[in-house]
Formats: sequence, C-alpha cells, structure tokens
Amino acid sequence: MLQPQKIWWKPLGRLEKNWLLIAFVWSIVLTAMMPLWFFIGRQNVPATSFRTTPEEFKETVEAFVAKYQVGTDENNVPIVAPPPGDVYIYGRQWQWYPVLKLKKGETYRVHVSSLDVQHGFSLQPVNLTFMALPNYDYVITLTPTTSGEFTVVCNEYCLIGHHTMIGKIIIEE
Amino acid sequence: MTVTTFPWSKDRSTTEYRTCPVTTLKVDLAAEKLIIANAVAAVVFLLIGGIFALLLALTRWQAIHLLNPVWFYRVLTAHGFDMLVLWIVFFECAGLYFASTVMLNARQVAPKLAWSAFVLMVIGAVMVNVIVLMGKADVLFTAYVPLKAHPLFYLGVILFAVGALMVIGIFFTNIVVAKREKRYEGSLPLAVFGLVTAAILATYTLLAGAATFVPAFLWSLGLFENYDPGIYRNLFWAFGHPAQQINLAAMVSIWYMLATITVGATPINEKLSRFAFVLYIFFINLGSAHHLLVDPGLSFAWKVSNTSYAMYLAVLGSLIHAFSIPAAVEVALRRQGHKRGLLEWLRKAPWGEPGFAALVVSMFLFGWIGGVTGVTIGTEQINMVAHNTMRIPGHFHATVVAGTTLAFMGLTYYVIPLIFRRELVLKSWAKWQPYIFGFGMALVSIGMIVSGIQGIPRRHWDITFVNPTAVPGTVNLSLAVMGVGALIAVVGGAMFLIVVLASVFLGQKREANRLTLLSGDENPLIEHAVKPLTPSEEHRFQPKGTFVIVLAFLMFFAVYYFSNWWLLGRTWIVR
Repeated sequence: MLQPQKIWWKPLGRLEKNWLLIAFVWSIVLTAMMPLWFFIGRQNVPATSFRTTPEEFKETVEAFVAKYQVGTDENNVPIVAPPPGDVYIYGRQWQWYPVLKLKKGETYRVHVSSLDVQHGFSLQPVNLTFMALPNYDYVITLTPTTSGEFTVVCNEYCLIGHHTMIGKIIIEE
Repeated sequence: MTVTTFPWSKDRSTTEYRTCPVTTLKVDLAAEKLIIANAVAAVVFLLIGGIFALLLALTRWQAIHLLNPVWFYRVLTAHGFDMLVLWIVFFECAGLYFASTVMLNARQVAPKLAWSAFVLMVIGAVMVNVIVLMGKADVLFTAYVPLKAHPLFYLGVILFAVGALMVIGIFFTNIVVAKREKRYEGSLPLAVFGLVTAAILATYTLLAGAATFVPAFLWSLGLFENYDPGIYRNLFWAFGHPAQQINLAAMVSIWYMLATITVGATPINEKLSRFAFVLYIFFINLGSAHHLLVDPGLSFAWKVSNTSYAMYLAVLGSLIHAFSIPAAVEVALRRQGHKRGLLEWLRKAPWGEPGFAALVVSMFLFGWIGGVTGVTIGTEQINMVAHNTMRIPGHFHATVVAGTTLAFMGLTYYVIPLIFRRELVLKSWAKWQPYIFGFGMALVSIGMIVSGIQGIPRRHWDITFVNPTAVPGTVNLSLAVMGVGALIAVVGGAMFLIVVLASVFLGQKREANRLTLLSGDENPLIEHAVKPLTPSEEHRFQPKGTFVIVLAFLMFFAVYYFSNWWLLGRTWIVR
C-alpha cells in the first residue's frame, strides 16, 4: 500500500527461499500426477469424439434400439441389452434414451450426444460425469465394476424440466 | 523538468483536491465521487444478490424447498450475474479509481468519460436484471448455447462489459499520467501493482467476453443459425474463469492493503510478491480449461497443459502470497514487541479490528477451502467425479464469497471514514461481522462440497424428489448444513449492509483522524510501516510462525488432494 523503498530488489530470506522451493516442488507433483495416472490409473477422461448431427445421431440410436430392444420401462422408454461394443444413448429435453442393460466386467463404448441443448451425462451414485453436447458424439469406454440399477441424471441445466431428466442404466452380474 | 502535456491535461488547473488528514494523501474530488458512486452500486447489487442467495439456499435445503422450479432457475440466473459480476466488478472499479488516483497522489483523468462508463454499466446491469426477472432469459449465468435468451440479455452484458473496459482504460491512463506528471516517484506501491495485474487480466477477459457475447447477441437475433456449443463453452470460459482471476488479483491486493492498514505490515520482499503477480498474468488464464475437462473434442494433452496453468505456476503465485502476507503481518507484529515463541504475535494480533478479522478469515477460507478444493477438482481425471456437482459451487463460494467478498467488505469499513468521510457507526457490529459471515460461508461451502462428493448436481431444483434411490440419505444432512450456513451468512451480510448504509446516511460527517477503527490509538501506517527493516531486524524478526502455518496448510492440501485420487480409483473403469 505504501511506496516501496527506492531499491526493493533484495535477496530472499531463508524461510522465503525454503517455502518457494517447497511450493515449486508441490507444483511439480501436482503436474506429474496427471500423466502418471494416465499411464497407471484405470479412470481416465475419454478423449475420443466424432462430429455428428442431431438427426444422424438420432437415427443411429433408433437403429441400435430396434436391434437390441428387450422391453420397455415404466415410462415407456425402451430397455436395450446390447453385447459388449458400441452402445448409444442420447439426451434431449428431458429424457435419456434408451435405458441400457449392460453386464458387469464387460467393456462398452458408450456414445453420448444431445439432440437439442447441452446436457450433463452423470451416472449416479457411481458419480461420473461427461458432457453431452449437440453435434458431438462423445465415446466413453466404460467397464462397470458394480452391479445394480444406476441413475443417469442430467447435471447441465437444460431449461425448466432439467431436474426431471432422469435415465437409467441396469448392470447385471 | 517540464512535464509532457497530454491532450487532456489542460484541465489540471481545475482539479480540486483535499488532503486526507490521516494518510496525508491528496484526494482528487472527482475521483472521490466516482469511487463513491461505484461503491454504492456495488453494495446495492450485493443487497439484491444477497436476497436471491437466501431464496436459493432455502430451496436447495431439502426440508424447506421454498421456490418453485421456474423461479428457482430464474433467481439462480440473476443471483449469479448480480454477485459474480455486478457486485464484484463495481467494487473493483471503485478500487481501480482509488488505486490510480488517491494512492498515487494523482488526479482523475477524463472524469466525464468515467461517468459515462458508469452509466453504461448501470444500464447494462439493470437491463440484464429486468430481462431475467421478466422470465425472458432463464438460461443461467453461463447462458450455454443453444439455450437462447432474449437479445436484450446479451446486449445488457455487452454494455456492462464495454463500460468496464472503459474503466480499465481510464485506470491505465490515470497511472501513466500520474507518472508523467511526477505525482509519485519510483515503483508503484505493491497493492497498485496488484491492481494493475487485475486490470491486465480484466482486459483480455473482457475481450474474450466480447468474443462470446457479441456472436451470441447476433445469433439470438437470428442473424446466423449455428453457434457451436463446444466453441461457445471454450470462449465463455475464457471470459468466465479469468473473470474470477481478476477478483483473485484484486483480493490479494486488498489483503496487502488490509495488512498495512490494520497492523502496519509491509511486504517482506517486494521482489517475491511482485513475481507472484507476474505469474498470474502469464499463466492464470489457462484455467478456463477447468470447465472443459469432461467435454468432447479436446485431447488429453490440451486439457492437462491448460488445466495445470502450464505447471501450476499460477498456483505457485498463490502459494507465494499465502506465505508473504501472513509473514508480513507476523514481522510487523514481532516488531511491535510480540516476539515470544512461534505464535505470540498471533495471540496478540488485533482480532477485534474489523479489517484484520476480515483479512484473516478471508485468507483462511480462501486458501484452506477454496484453493485446495479448486486445484483438486481442476485436476483432469478427478474432474470426472466433480464436474457440475455441488463441489463446484462449494469451491467458488469459498473463493469468491468467503474470500473476495469478505475482503472487500473488510476494506469498505475503512473506505467509509476515509472517502465518504463519515464516522463508522455500529462499530461493535463491524467487529463481529467478519466472523459471523465467514462462519456461515464456511458451512455453506462445506455443505455444498460434501453434497457434491455424494454426486449431488449443482443448479438442480430437486434431486431427492425425482429419484430417492439415486442419492444417499446423508445428502439431506449436508444440504441442511448448507442451509443453516446460508442463514448465518445472510445475517452476517445484513450486518455489513446495515453498518455501511447506516454509516453513509446517518454517520457523523467528519474528517477521519486515524486509520484503525477499534484497535490501538496509533496510526499503524505512520507509526510502524514507514521505518524499513534494518538487516539486523530482518534477522531477528523471522516469520517462523507463518512457516509452520503454511507447512500445516500444505499437509492438509496433500491429504485432501490424494484422498480424491483414492476416491476416483474406486469408480468404474473408464477411458
């Protein structure tokens, strides 16, 4: 707040130097953790995505549903039980479509996109979130490690019905 | 030596000054009026945003669930804009005028232009509020395309930003003119240097804002069809996140000011503190990537290099301040005789002085809650279990509210006697206010963070009603903690507003005669700060206590950070 002395360029004190060193090392640790986890961790952010359009993606999802549908849930949303590999799900105001029935321990490439506005694909209570944006087909390579019924909530605001946008993923043993 | 003439320096003879009896600084009356106007606007929007905050907290507190969904999202939109933008930016404008004139003994250039900037900002602010409350822009603060608001919403934002950009231009001009006219000698004071940092950050932030909102405005008018949502997110956060870094730089500057005002602390090493600010300028804008970590279309390398501020170099800047500021306080207090053991200075510190209380509570909550959680959730992989959960508002209520807002509140108590020239009334309220507000906000943040760790989304009217099986039962408890905290914080906020408004309107009109409000009789600025430390004193007054405190902080940081990796490691396998 006050005018500094004419010459303020002076060497650091001992404690300052120590702290600066410790803080710098900590910054390097923080940085190194991410590439380290990239190679040794089992949870990494998917980085595969494709261009698409809402129309194109909707068609893909409908063909997928027609092929593997095994029933409908209480809200009349189709339940789909595909083999491991590519599976598709879209979000739109205010629904996740379809309900997926997957197997624990198998690996799926879950394609997520939106038909209208931005949505947040959030698996609960597993607690994993990915963005579902229109025109982007985001490929999430997922291996469920627990079984049961899981909820897909929308956690990106998508207008007034946002909180009613609830989907389902069923994981069988 | 003759002073280089600027085109606008002809009105120099008409500049009217008064001399502040406490600081002996010259105050340009034109600048003073601008400071008052901007500070008043800030407080008005704090009041409005605070009422909205109460309504929101009482809605998310599941047991009360006050608003209906339509009004919840509407009020949430207005709350975000009023608090995150209007209150803070108006206050920062007041701060910029103060730093570039009063603190430099300098004059205000182009006061008329400054007033037109103010008018533009007020028009923009009112426009956005009206449009939102009319229900024409239920798009939330982020207004993610393709959600479409009324064109006047975008126009309001643009007008406000143009006004703010003008203020920044005037700020830089003030400083250049002050230098040319030799109003000050040598280097800028550190706090002004910090605000210059904030203004540099603000310049490119507002330009990014223009790149986001001008196309959005044209798009809302129907002039073009497709506004790519991924591009919008990238542009928006090049505005939205750095906007918070402006607050960071401004808040750190104010921390340095409060340390000087309340205990006469001077930076123990100007070089280090300035270096930390320079780190902000270079690296902190990369943090916009924090919001895009689970977006499609971006690579691992892009996400990691951006989210880590190159190599956590901006975090390094903050860690430097985290040491330098308490160290400056410690050295100042040790010089005043509290030099026994590690922490005597802390026991003997002026805890009853509102500015000191605000400084300590603000720094503590900003660092221990806001900073630690921010770095953690901004880690690329950990973001998968944090993105858009309540951990995000939990983090930024600790930084922007418990940190920035409280620091601004603390400074306001000193602005009233010095600039408004009114005696501060209800001083005992001012003494308790930082603790009450800080305690409430700590509960709000912790309640939100704990809810978020359990997966509860932010910006969500109701998670438990729709699907009770989706969330653990303990969520009700953490949401209640948030609600109770919000009530306490609202009491603290109301106390601040009452003290300020009562002082401004009813306080005795008089010149200030000392700097501190409650503690001591002396003027720390004059009594303690002016004497530079001699080398032998530097040796005697080492900030040993601070060193121990920051080490404890780092331990806490590491524990929280690594426990989040552990948490991540327990979820499904994903690639």
